[in-house]
Amino acid sequence: MSSLKPGIVLLCLFVIAPLALAKEAEYMVADPEMEKTVNEISAELRCLVCQNQTIADSNAPLAVDLKNQVRDMVESGQSQSDIIDYMVERYGDFVRYRPPMKASTMLLWVGPFLLLLIGVVVLVVNLRKRTAVIKNDGDLSAEENERLQRLLAAESSPQVAKRGDLSSQKAGEEKS
Amino acid sequence: MVRYLVPLIVFLGVAGFLLKGLELNPREVPSPFIDKPAPNFSLPKLHEPEAQFASKDMLGKVWLLNVWASWCVACRSEHPLLVQLSRANIVPVYGLNYKDEPDDARNWLRELGDAYVSSLIDYEGKVGIDYGVYGVPETFVIDKQGIIRHKVIGPVTPSALDNCVLPLVRKLQQATAQTVVKRTEVEGCA
Amino acid sequence: MARPAAQVHFILVAVSFVCLMYAFIYNDFSVKYVASVSNSMLPIQYRIAAIWGGHEGSLLLWALLLAVWTMAVARYSRNLPLDMVSRVIGVMGLISVGFLMFMLFTSNPFDRLLPAALDGRDLNPLLQDPGLIIHPPLLYIGYVGFSVAFAFAIAALLGGRMDATWARWSRPWTTIAWSFLTAGIALGSWWAYYELGWGGWWFWDPVENASFLPWLVGTALVHSLAVTEKRGSFKNWTVLLAIFTFSLSLLGTFLVRSGVLTSVHAFATDPERGVFILGFLVVVIGGSLALFAWRAPKVGVGGRFGLVSRETFLLMNNVMLVVAAGAVLLGTLYPLLLDSLDMGKISVGPPYFDAVFLPLMVPMIFLMGLGPIARWKQADLPDMASRMKWAAAVSLVMALILPFVMGEWFALTSLGFALAFWITSSIVVSMSERLRKTAGNSGGAGLLARIAALPNAYLGMNVAHIGVAVFIMGVTMVNTYEVEKDMRMEVGDTVTMSGYTFRFDGVTEVEGPNYKASRGQILVTVDDKTETVLFPEKRVYFVQTMPMTEAGIDSGLFRICMCRWANRWATVPGVCVFITNPLWAGFGVAPS
Repeated sequence: MSSLKPGIVLLCLFVIAPLALAKEAEYMVADPEMEKTVNEISAELRCLVCQNQTIADSNAPLAVDLKNQVRDMVESGQSQSDIIDYMVERYGDFVRYRPPMKASTMLLWVGPFLLLLIGVVVLVVNLRKRTAVIKNDGDLSAEENERLQRLLAAESSPQVAKRGDLSSQKAGEEKS
Repeated sequence: MVRYLVPLIVFLGVAGFLLKGLELNPREVPSPFIDKPAPNFSLPKLHEPEAQFASKDMLGKVWLLNVWASWCVACRSEHPLLVQLSRANIVPVYGLNYKDEPDDARNWLRELGDAYVSSLIDYEGKVGIDYGVYGVPETFVIDKQGIIRHKVIGPVTPSALDNCVLPLVRKLQQATAQTVVKRTEVEGCA
Repeated sequence: MARPAAQVHFILVAVSFVCLMYAFIYNDFSVKYVASVSNSMLPIQYRIAAIWGGHEGSLLLWALLLAVWTMAVARYSRNLPLDMVSRVIGVMGLISVGFLMFMLFTSNPFDRLLPAALDGRDLNPLLQDPGLIIHPPLLYIGYVGFSVAFAFAIAALLGGRMDATWARWSRPWTTIAWSFLTAGIALGSWWAYYELGWGGWWFWDPVENASFLPWLVGTALVHSLAVTEKRGSFKNWTVLLAIFTFSLSLLGTFLVRSGVLTSVHAFATDPERGVFILGFLVVVIGGSLALFAWRAPKVGVGGRFGLVSRETFLLMNNVMLVVAAGAVLLGTLYPLLLDSLDMGKISVGPPYFDAVFLPLMVPMIFLMGLGPIARWKQADLPDMASRMKWAAAVSLVMALILPFVMGEWFALTSLGFALAFWITSSIVVSMSERLRKTAGNSGGAGLLARIAALPNAYLGMNVAHIGVAVFIMGVTMVNTYEVEKDMRMEVGDTVTMSGYTFRFDGVTEVEGPNYKASRGQILVTVDDKTETVLFPEKRVYFVQTMPMTEAGIDSGLFRICMCRWANRWATVPGVCVFITNPLWAGFGVAPS
């Protein structure tokens, strides 16, 4: 995507010609390695005055102050967890984008995997029950199946239908 | 067949929370300092920059710490109320002049009236960070033992003052070292 | 009756949309909404796009698109039974009534402002970008399009005709809606990437999640519909998914417009609106779930299939997608839940979602390679294993070797490559098996002709799956091999990264239609040959005077070069530079 936008009138006031002598640019910060750590920590912290941004992303004055605080603390050799604790002490758990593990957040952290477990159990139970129902009530399902096949005769591709039928026959033989 | 009702029940539960959520303000962050000791600090006074104010000196008194700045628009709206409060002589109000130019701050007070026993210069905002200040104005209620009992976020309104801050201050002033008064005892602070 | 009514409905909504557009084009600032999001200096294309740049107008766009979908259903449903068509159109009409009432009672875009404002407050500069012109309409077409699947599901429940036919009817609509939503999300993500210039493309913001939720469940729906159509199975489940998908679109509307959550893209909010939408949600979703609970128990089980079969694989895919959606919903709503129970305030952000989402997606993508090669009804695991052994070997080898070729080995990078190659090679296996079958019949026809002769649905599926593979590849590359340097650049300074040399050639003052900008010029060379020139800008718009930065960006197939201003207040040309060399690509879109 070009940065030229349609409809922009360009008025060149001055252009600085490329200089003959080019030198390597300097880093914005004294210690780029350390800055990386600062950014990693800042990305875990919420800017309280912003709508929904990390202090790494925000330019709000408080975010800048807090980022400076993080930098000071990294410089003085404090660990990530020290720094996060320092922030939580002052602003509460709200400041952490990675919520702490405790009783009230247990459901949050375990929930997704609990859901997965429930999902898999429900799936397996249903599949089993289904197989049982279809075995006991084979006629109805066959009839339904036939109607389905009739309805879909025009649509479904011959390969799929043929392959499906073959495999089901084979499966039937294997099962019985 | 109860299991077919599960989606409906879950949805109605979620809807209930959403309804409750409409009444809440997602941007208001409760202070973790409530019922915790106020961080100690020592800062120069706005009107006599050579003199230092130490928060320790306030032990034994109930006091208010109001965070303000001349660049803060909302501070302007709450200030007349603070001036009234200071004239009533109920509780000492100290100002934390947060990230401000001292000259601007002094002019501002000259123009609007000085509500503070003393204002303290937090030029770099470090004390602000220690107190978990995230918006100006904020007002802390600190008890005799130096424990923060309440924090008003945003401008102090007349109703917040009458229903919460003043009743709480009175209770705190009557309390002895043995009795603990929490803000939950004042209805208006809930 | 239903068909002409749908047409009249469309015409009336279109007329009001055109009226609003007219007000925008001719700068009628006596309309409050126009005055609040437009300005006479705003270029014409943004004046039109500003229609959906705020709450009221975007709601009208919603209503318009709903009318378009309704009319499309009325038009392209000639061979459907009349009772079905009238139910479908009736359901969509009721949804439309809800939205129109919402607009009339709480957010009328035509409210007058008298006396008229002299000029408007202007569109938020962040939104003055080509992204605004296409991203919201695409997204809305997707959201609203799911109402068709929803209406078909409700109609099927009402009529008690839950056979495979309704799936067959609603499937193309769902696929189209899904494709638009996919394109809309991908575009929005790209917009965020270059507009915000933080190098991020997904922030797990509540509003992003609000669009991602219907996408996840919609993806499950697309798959489930395929099974219901082809095999007549999981009918209840498919109906439920259709209800969920549209419900989540509506829930997204609620989250974005009610102010219950803080978000970077939230509209100006108003609790009254929240109450209205919530009431609407309860009626629509609650009503349809109640209908489901009443009707679903009577539905038969459908075609038989074995425990190992394509049906099972697709069901597992559905479970994973729905669980993933559940996880995103849980993370999005959890702060609200705790707050309303008075159990403290927390924030749930990217670190949480990354930690939870990845473990759910990995098995699902593994299954994605297996599903398409499993046979319907009954599949044979040893047979599948032998068909996939080369695919597995290729992905493992690539996963192990490729990171070393790229420079550095990381476990997650390897995993990403493995999954991308797994999907790709599974598609190759499936395609070559199919083509071998047709080879005999079609005699000497060329490979391309034979590929073109494959069913559209099959091709569409593969395009979408390849899209996922490319996406995983892109994400992996960006996360691992993106190079970013924050440099203080004086005129003439150079920075070299991964063989690309960036030289800062100075700043030009330029004037746009409604802003002034300082435009940096950065020449990018590779081995002394000019690669591209980048123009990062810092703009000050005349009306909303907050300075804005625009990144200079040039994207190729295998690399992106990007430069931006250090921050919006920098006056000296301190320009940060960064380059990525990813194979960056969006999602595939399935035409079917």
